[in-house]
Amino acid sequence: MRDGVSRLRRFTRTMLLLVACGVLASCAPRKEPGVVLKFWAMGREGEVVTALMPEFERTHPGVRVEVQQLPWTAAHEKLLTAFAGDVMPDIFQLGNTWVPEFAALGALLPLDAQVAASKLVTPSDYFPGIWDTNIVDGKLWGAPWYVDTRVLFYRRDMLARAGYAKPPQTWAEWMKAMNAIKRRVGPDNYAILLPSDEFEPLMALGLQNDEPLLRDGGRYGNFRSAGFRRSLQLYADMFAQKLAPMNRITNVYHEFGMGYVSFYISGPWNLGEFKRRLPADQQQNWMTAILPGPSGPAASIAGGSSLVLSASSKHPREAWQLIEYLSRTDTAARFHELTGDLPPRRSNWNVPALANDMYAQAFRQQFERVKPAPKVPEWERIATEMRLVAERVTHGELTVDEAVVQLDAKADHILEKRRWMLARKEAR
Amino acid sequence: MNSRRAAWCFAGPALLVIGVFFFLPVLAALVMSLTDFDIYALANLDNLRFVGLRNYAELLQTPLFWQALGNTLYFVVVGVPLSIAASLGAALLLNSRLTWFKGLFRTAFFAPVVTSLVAVAVIWRYLLHTRYGMINHGLDQLGISPVDWLNDPDWAMPAIILFAVWKNFGYNMIIFLAGLQSIPDDLYEAAGLDGAGVWGQFRFITWPMLGPTMLMVSILSMSGYFQLFAEPYVMTQGGPVQSTVSVLYFMYEQGFKWWNLGAASAVAFVLFAIMFCVTLLQLRFAKGAEA
Repeated sequence: MRDGVSRLRRFTRTMLLLVACGVLASCAPRKEPGVVLKFWAMGREGEVVTALMPEFERTHPGVRVEVQQLPWTAAHEKLLTAFAGDVMPDIFQLGNTWVPEFAALGALLPLDAQVAASKLVTPSDYFPGIWDTNIVDGKLWGAPWYVDTRVLFYRRDMLARAGYAKPPQTWAEWMKAMNAIKRRVGPDNYAILLPSDEFEPLMALGLQNDEPLLRDGGRYGNFRSAGFRRSLQLYADMFAQKLAPMNRITNVYHEFGMGYVSFYISGPWNLGEFKRRLPADQQQNWMTAILPGPSGPAASIAGGSSLVLSASSKHPREAWQLIEYLSRTDTAARFHELTGDLPPRRSNWNVPALANDMYAQAFRQQFERVKPAPKVPEWERIATEMRLVAERVTHGELTVDEAVVQLDAKADHILEKRRWMLARKEAR
Repeated sequence: MNSRRAAWCFAGPALLVIGVFFFLPVLAALVMSLTDFDIYALANLDNLRFVGLRNYAELLQTPLFWQALGNTLYFVVVGVPLSIAASLGAALLLNSRLTWFKGLFRTAFFAPVVTSLVAVAVIWRYLLHTRYGMINHGLDQLGISPVDWLNDPDWAMPAIILFAVWKNFGYNMIIFLAGLQSIPDDLYEAAGLDGAGVWGQFRFITWPMLGPTMLMVSILSMSGYFQLFAEPYVMTQGGPVQSTVSVLYFMYEQGFKWWNLGAASAVAFVLFAIMFCVTLLQLRFAKGAEA
């Protein structure tokens, strides 16, 4: 009991002290001169971008930038919650597949006028497919910050041993090459890794067709089109012919080094990882190539992140200056040095750091051909259904014909609200 | 009258807190489950439609929901008895007079309960690895061909059950241990004098004396196991072929991944109704056993 009383007394004293501190702090002069910009960025970019801020603050007196870092896994939720609670930052990083969703929410400020007047942000210097991801309903909502796509990582030596000096360019050549490799590596090894928890490889193959993945302005699924059927058939064949392993891989780099697989569809973050994680004597054995297409080089995914302004920002002018500063070629070069992220502007690809990187060249070629994902907020959900249905196809539970019918039904169901809203808008 | 007012004064703050932080959100969720609240509605409430029971009707027509319910029931029906048996077995062993190093074993068995689930899940993923995992290595020694634990739709759920039982049995073990220690020793002595063996003592003394503990443990375990979420979230992300999607995982995806808060609320109420019924059945069953 005595102990309880003394603990209570100690607690009270601490609380009083805390309150006193709070009062003192609020009385102290805390006048912020000028403008404070809130800037939210995700993951590694959020850590690194703080190093670029002093230069901006020096050239823009009176503006201070507060960077807050969000983990990628929580970013989407946090942004939606911030929007619901009306505490959005002035400027933030947004995965470019999320642009349609946040544009539909009305959370973003259109940037058309700013870009038209800007001397620093010149649309023609950007990869067109990447720039296009920021245009929804005819308006520009973001400026590309760094870019991402999927290309083919391959084992040069394995391909050479199977009798191929160059990576395949068409689907037919690709299948032939994979079969040749499979014959050499035997039943316990495979030719290509297609992780069942990623929708991107199949989506990239789907984007290579002329038919869009959704039709009628994103009102209905278009998976029954001949093009997507071909893509899904190719994907299914890779599993049916035992070219792709069904089981999950814990360490891709190890398996790739061991020759368990010789092809891997992946993105730019693996450039750094492969350089770091594969032993020095294997560095000559791997290379990247643009994704084979139905009949020659074709599209892949236009991914990456954009910088966007919040519609509720009180300082849109200063926030736009920050976008301009981060879009400048020299800032972008610095950013590439710090993160390894690939820049969205062609002029950046001529600096020696990138121009001399042989592994990065396939990315440059691929970026010239990338295509945006369907620009509807529901796309990620549809893509997830696509992955799940494709997984059932690879397990032999569905045929390709059944799968595409099912996929269209699911997509149409998910898009019901969108159709209702579009119809209502037209009626007005 | 005065004492009644005093009672309200004492209960008032607690009731207020419960009302604001429990009943109000539950009511709001119930209303939400009758609408199609989604990101469009978040943008503008004009886009909110009152849909009546459509969320529920659609839910019952969603094959994935039924699959999730089936997966969850599988997990509960196999996992709960297995977990209780493991807890009881461990508690009996620890309570035995013959056991040495009781403190050490008690701590070791309880340790998984207090460790971070994500950290141990990573280790279990290595144990369960098809080609390098210790479990398959052990099976190999016994001449059993390797099982692709987390990627085979037939084996993923058993692997999750194994993991969950290992992670959770220590908690119930402590409760059972307390129950065992409250059984007076003279009952065992008397039974021993009457010639009851180990099995007889367990069957006619330990088991009935543990009745109330057993009821509590089974209700707690059941409601805990119905809320399966973190294990598949960390270990399989619901795969392979959605064989480890639980009802709660399904709800999480609807609500926080796709922001279909209306549909997600409906899932929550359906799960609540199921758990409520099962608990009622358990209580009825326990009463029947008592009478």
